[in-house]
Amino acid sequence: MPEIRNYTLNFGPQHPSAHGVLRLVLELDGEQVVRADPHIGLLHRGTEKLAETKPFNQSIGYMDRLDYVSMMCNEHGYVLAIEKLLGIEAPIRAQYIRTMFDEITRILNHLMWLGTHALDVGAMTMFLYCFRDREDLMDCYEAVSGARLHATYYRPGGVYRDLPDQMPRYEEKASRWHSADDIKRRNVNREGSLLDFIEDFCQRFDGYVDEYETLLTDNRIWKQRTVDIGVVTPQRAKQLGFTGPMLRGSGIAWDLRKKQPYAAYNEVDFDIPVGKNGDTYDRYLVRVEELRQSNRIIKQCVAWLRANSGPVMIDDHKVAPPSRTQMKEDMEALIHHFKLFTEGYCPPPGEVYAAVEAPKGEFGVYLVADGANKPYRMKVRAPGFPHLAAMDEMVRGHMLSDVTTVIGTMDVVFGEIDR
Amino acid sequence: MSMQDRLDDLVEAIEEQFEEAEIEFSLERALGEVSLEVDKADWSKAALLLRNHADLAFEQLIDLCAVDYLTYGQGEWNTADAPNTGFGRGVNAIVTPPGVAEADQERRFAVVCHLLSLKHNIRLRLKTFCAGDTLIVDSLTPVWNCADWFEREAFDLFGILFDGHPDLRRILTDYGFVGHPLRKDFPLSGHVEMRYDADKGRVIYEPVSIEPRTLVPRTLRSDSRYAQRSVEHEDA
Repeated sequence: MPEIRNYTLNFGPQHPSAHGVLRLVLELDGEQVVRADPHIGLLHRGTEKLAETKPFNQSIGYMDRLDYVSMMCNEHGYVLAIEKLLGIEAPIRAQYIRTMFDEITRILNHLMWLGTHALDVGAMTMFLYCFRDREDLMDCYEAVSGARLHATYYRPGGVYRDLPDQMPRYEEKASRWHSADDIKRRNVNREGSLLDFIEDFCQRFDGYVDEYETLLTDNRIWKQRTVDIGVVTPQRAKQLGFTGPMLRGSGIAWDLRKKQPYAAYNEVDFDIPVGKNGDTYDRYLVRVEELRQSNRIIKQCVAWLRANSGPVMIDDHKVAPPSRTQMKEDMEALIHHFKLFTEGYCPPPGEVYAAVEAPKGEFGVYLVADGANKPYRMKVRAPGFPHLAAMDEMVRGHMLSDVTTVIGTMDVVFGEIDR
Repeated sequence: MSMQDRLDDLVEAIEEQFEEAEIEFSLERALGEVSLEVDKADWSKAALLLRNHADLAFEQLIDLCAVDYLTYGQGEWNTADAPNTGFGRGVNAIVTPPGVAEADQERRFAVVCHLLSLKHNIRLRLKTFCAGDTLIVDSLTPVWNCADWFEREAFDLFGILFDGHPDLRRILTDYGFVGHPLRKDFPLSGHVEMRYDADKGRVIYEPVSIEPRTLVPRTLRSDSRYAQRSVEHEDA
């Protein structure tokens, strides 16, 4: 009888469905996975070490680059930790803006996940639909911060600036590529303010989610590929440190937005979808329902922000810079500005942990301060890290083709896992 | 029940249970969070108690990381007295005097866990310190399975060994990496740089050619306003 040996397969780091730079060493028995050993760290940039060498505010930009598809949620976690350390709180309008942009970010992230997850499983159309709709939301990012992805919009004590009154528009002049009619059509929902634009998107978005569901929810192939794949029981989910949709997919109703509310989450109405079987299909359903719930939250925030105006940054120039006009007229404001940008602020010694419900799960920041203008130690708790650690357990016994399904359902992004 | 009440209950439960189990501990409550410090020898025993007891029920290990306290409280900028002339406040980059480092070595490295109880909706920080030569702490993998990768990370970045860990390999750094990069005596720019050598036809490693430099000096200031604020925060 010939000797039968297991076959070792190297998956990635350049594989398109490895979602970035995952290298997976798979031990296969025929087509069945016996063991999976993820090798990570190919995108390690030493964010935590870098943060130790910079004043607190200068690291906000690094947070965007952690989980680079849910940028503002990462900033939120970091900014919350600093605010807790300083004992300050952002004004109420800033809290609502943060809530709204957290949810915009959640939709951005889930659309990215949905598109690529479906693409991995074999549904090309989803990818095109999702990326079409992400475009509008990234325009919101751009309108408010000037950057489509890496916003650096949240600051300790509030947000960088108030929402613009005029949504940026496409250039009116016709070009070789766009006729005048074409441009007019593209500018239709950009006539008003940013809030008008977001509201218009919210009106359309429920219909978009219906479209996605038409393509996938009852799709026979989609169900064959996802039902009963990567099942995680509630007990195991807790043991494995799962958070976010991964935990809720296993039937545990846990969401920091409800349980430990931050920003304006206790002022808005929304529901937490929970799965039943803990398989890939349930996690898909949970995330799709989260898209609808996020839309609901955004609508409420838009209504509130229309009705209430006010400051978006605290009036404390030890932490937040004075306005340009103040700076030109007032000596003290000038000194504050200079000190803030050359040295920063020195929070009191202490340690804090602040967490937010990022789209992928609990994003936490642990800060140790020793009274200096830089963090003594900054640890980022990335939700994807324990999720990917469970890779071995989730794919064991499944077929090789299910490996990509499981990577997709974990919604991994290497920016945050490798840090 | 408000967060303050839940924290009160937690502190009470910990004091009761830890005294019963005869585990030495020290509790600190600041900025609305509870930190529990135990001796290294009681590390896994404390973890097991925190997970299993119904009044505590910390089912989830949210995060585990290490902290290097080598240069804690040291600045690069003289804030005490100002010279009359010139730009003379900069002090030398942080180098720990040998004597100080050895004396303080007992508490150089901390292993810090953040625990979450879904049942009681409460968080706890659990930490322990370990000494210079024998950086060995019990592994928490049997208690919380997700400690696996977190401990690999702490080993990789700080060189702390976890006794009983199933597979303690480096995780974030490159294959064949030397040193533990998040230690405070590891330079920001590292020790080696790599490039492709056309003559040899492969990637080679060389000692770094860049000079270390400080853009913004590390400045310590004690600001009484914040001290007052954190007191108010605790009351709120």
